[in-house]
Amino acid sequence: MAEKVKIQVLRYIPEKDPDPFYQEYEVPFRKEWVILDALNYIKDEIDGSLSYRWSCRMGVCGSCGMMVNDIPVLTCETFLEKYLPGPVRIAPLNYFAVIRDLVVETDGFMEKVKRVKPWIIREEEKPAAEGEYLQTPDQLSEYKQYSMCINCMLCYAACPVVGLEPKFIGPAAIALAQRYNYDNRDEGQKMRDDVLLSDDGIYECTLVGECSVVCPKHVDPAGAIQRYKVTGATEWWTSVLLPFGKK
Amino acid sequence: MGRYGPNLHDVLIVGGGGAGLRAAIAVAETDPNLSVAVVSKVYPMRSHTVSAEGGAAAVIKPDDSLDEHAYDTISGGDWMCDQDAVEAFVKEAPEEMIQLEHWGCPWSREEDGSIAVRPFGGMVKKRTWFAADKTGFHMLHSMFQTTLKYDPIRRYDEYFVTSLLVDDGRCQGVVALELSTGKIEAIGARSVILCTGGCGNVFPFTTNANIKTGDGMAMAYRTGVALKDMEFVQYHPTGLPFTGILITEAARAEGGYLLNKENYRYLQDYDLGVPEEKPVLRSMELGPRDRLSQAFVKELEKGRTFEGPYGPFVHLDVRHLGKDVIEEKIPFVRELCRKYENIDPVHEMIPVRPVVHYMMGGIDTDINSSTSLPGLFAAGEAACVSINGANRLGSNSLTELLVFGARAGISAAEFASKQQKPSNKLEALANDERKRIEKKYFSGYAKKSERISVIRKEMHQTMERGAGIYRTEASLKNSRSKIRELQERLDSCSIRDETFTFNTELIAAIELSYMLDVAESIIESALNRTESRGSHQREDHPERDDQNFLVHSLAYRAEKESPRVEYKPVTITRWPPGERKYG
Repeated sequence: MAEKVKIQVLRYIPEKDPDPFYQEYEVPFRKEWVILDALNYIKDEIDGSLSYRWSCRMGVCGSCGMMVNDIPVLTCETFLEKYLPGPVRIAPLNYFAVIRDLVVETDGFMEKVKRVKPWIIREEEKPAAEGEYLQTPDQLSEYKQYSMCINCMLCYAACPVVGLEPKFIGPAAIALAQRYNYDNRDEGQKMRDDVLLSDDGIYECTLVGECSVVCPKHVDPAGAIQRYKVTGATEWWTSVLLPFGKK
Repeated sequence: MGRYGPNLHDVLIVGGGGAGLRAAIAVAETDPNLSVAVVSKVYPMRSHTVSAEGGAAAVIKPDDSLDEHAYDTISGGDWMCDQDAVEAFVKEAPEEMIQLEHWGCPWSREEDGSIAVRPFGGMVKKRTWFAADKTGFHMLHSMFQTTLKYDPIRRYDEYFVTSLLVDDGRCQGVVALELSTGKIEAIGARSVILCTGGCGNVFPFTTNANIKTGDGMAMAYRTGVALKDMEFVQYHPTGLPFTGILITEAARAEGGYLLNKENYRYLQDYDLGVPEEKPVLRSMELGPRDRLSQAFVKELEKGRTFEGPYGPFVHLDVRHLGKDVIEEKIPFVRELCRKYENIDPVHEMIPVRPVVHYMMGGIDTDINSSTSLPGLFAAGEAACVSINGANRLGSNSLTELLVFGARAGISAAEFASKQQKPSNKLEALANDERKRIEKKYFSGYAKKSERISVIRKEMHQTMERGAGIYRTEASLKNSRSKIRELQERLDSCSIRDETFTFNTELIAAIELSYMLDVAESIIESALNRTESRGSHQREDHPERDDQNFLVHSLAYRAEKESPRVEYKPVTITRWPPGERKYG
């Protein structure tokens, strides 16, 4: 088994060099290491100037998504061993502007999340003192899968439409809209339709399905988009044609 | 926003986790005209609340009562809890949890659609609400998404706070470094709430995320606010070896067994009851965390633990629950074990060992989340309002974020409404801070070449050896002088990266300075408490001593010397100190 692995990291430090460049490091191989451990080794022992985001190291905070050998992954749950004998190429997530090294611009994604109104919308809200809204396990399972998104943005880095049409609202945001649309406590679908059925919305999607392949939480954004195209659009047209009808 | 121009707000919240977001919504709902800002070194959904697994406690079922929740909490905390705070906590908990349900949190449900609850360690009734075993994740995302609908909530994402702005005897904002540009500037406010979470990274082996470096605790400490009860550090009994990833208490609540290398449910030897096939509340595997982690150490001493490449461990066995229960109730446990240990708990036992998990102590606050510095408030793990005493019960901390996050928001909003114009010195103070940071970290690399990672490692070692599950005067004194030495070494240490764009080496250096300050408060408080209580176990003082130590420790920073430790009484309302009984 290899004792050392070469890690090639795409560096970009705008104050020093206007162009990105690959820098190669050599790290010891350890069976229990994930890619993130190798990066932390580089930062602690070789080159403190390497910048990247990470936090929970258990696949739930969504910070550490990067391209590893051209595939978007969470580096905290991707084992180094998988890439032996190396070298391993690590780059920032595709289709996002890069701030520095492996750190990408996230504000655009955050705006897209906000645009789909990801909160419970009701005509009337009952006070908390009056108790919970009922939701059976079956009703919960209607949207549960879409509620598992950790906003890691891997699906954007895998989506060719995001690459071509930066304004495309994108897989995670659509899945999040569906998370609320399918929640029996919510009445806000019509308001979300304005965004999802707009020019930047679901019809941009060309059904490549890569978003669902790379999703670390099995949210299946592609399925969410498909389901929206079928039921969501029907309901929207019904509401336009029959504005006073109930959904 | 806009009302005062840029970088000036009514209420400023540092930290965008559960407590910070709950506080932000409370401010927005208290007075929609107030400008409220959330400053965080990460995007809010990355906050460590996201990692919480098992659940959040609140009385909801007819067979339960507020008094029972209060008693479990107080006895679990070995009578170090302030009982007025606990009473407020258990009373406000149910409505806060329902409010979160209204905001969309996907709580697990009974067949009829009402809220489902599960048992949890140290609790005599089932009262832990859960969203499978990703409770913190769902709470955080529900709350974060809900904040998006409030226009007055302005966010400063990826701004790292380097100090509090104090002028005229009150806190008037923060100095923050924008990560993407390195720009250091003042963000003024009429009141500030610290919701920066814990400091598990002071220790080498922790469930805490990398970002949990005690920032808020250290900043408050540096302005002269006391850190309270810092000697009480919770070890969670079941972390995965090497990674320290938490295996939730829910695994035991659903019926998991802890077994030593003789395949024996060893907890029966430690006054925790007799083993039954099904889980019994407040017994055996459902005992409190401090006692379970201490039992592990005793098993280790008896030579009955396994030896692995990452230290000793015991087994957590959930196989008898069957695949269906595991998939429905603790799917994340299965996911984590498969991913990180390459084992499937449906068929194999899980290796586990105690791991640093939570700080019972923190910034000293009163029941309204106020600190001793006017204008400064704190909530969540960063704070110590004293509901957790000497040992927190599992599933109380998520609820605490809601109850005291909301209280902090309301208090800070009231304080902001009453205050006069902010000081005109804030810009000048921020300028001084910028110069201090640049001088301290960006100069003299050539002659001072020590890496900050070396200092961090030595801090880890000395904290584990000296201030771990069992402590002695000698071990603590050793650690005290080591921490002092490390502080001096960090003082004369520069970083290699002298750029301004997303300089994570600079952030790591400042975080390390925060952790060293927090570490000294932990050690000094532990050294001065010559008794054993809850999570604080002194081998040289093994008994609880209510005569002398039914008091909170208050550690105050002292320039260039060890902190000064003072005491104040524990508030007792209806539950006089008694023996902790389990089993």
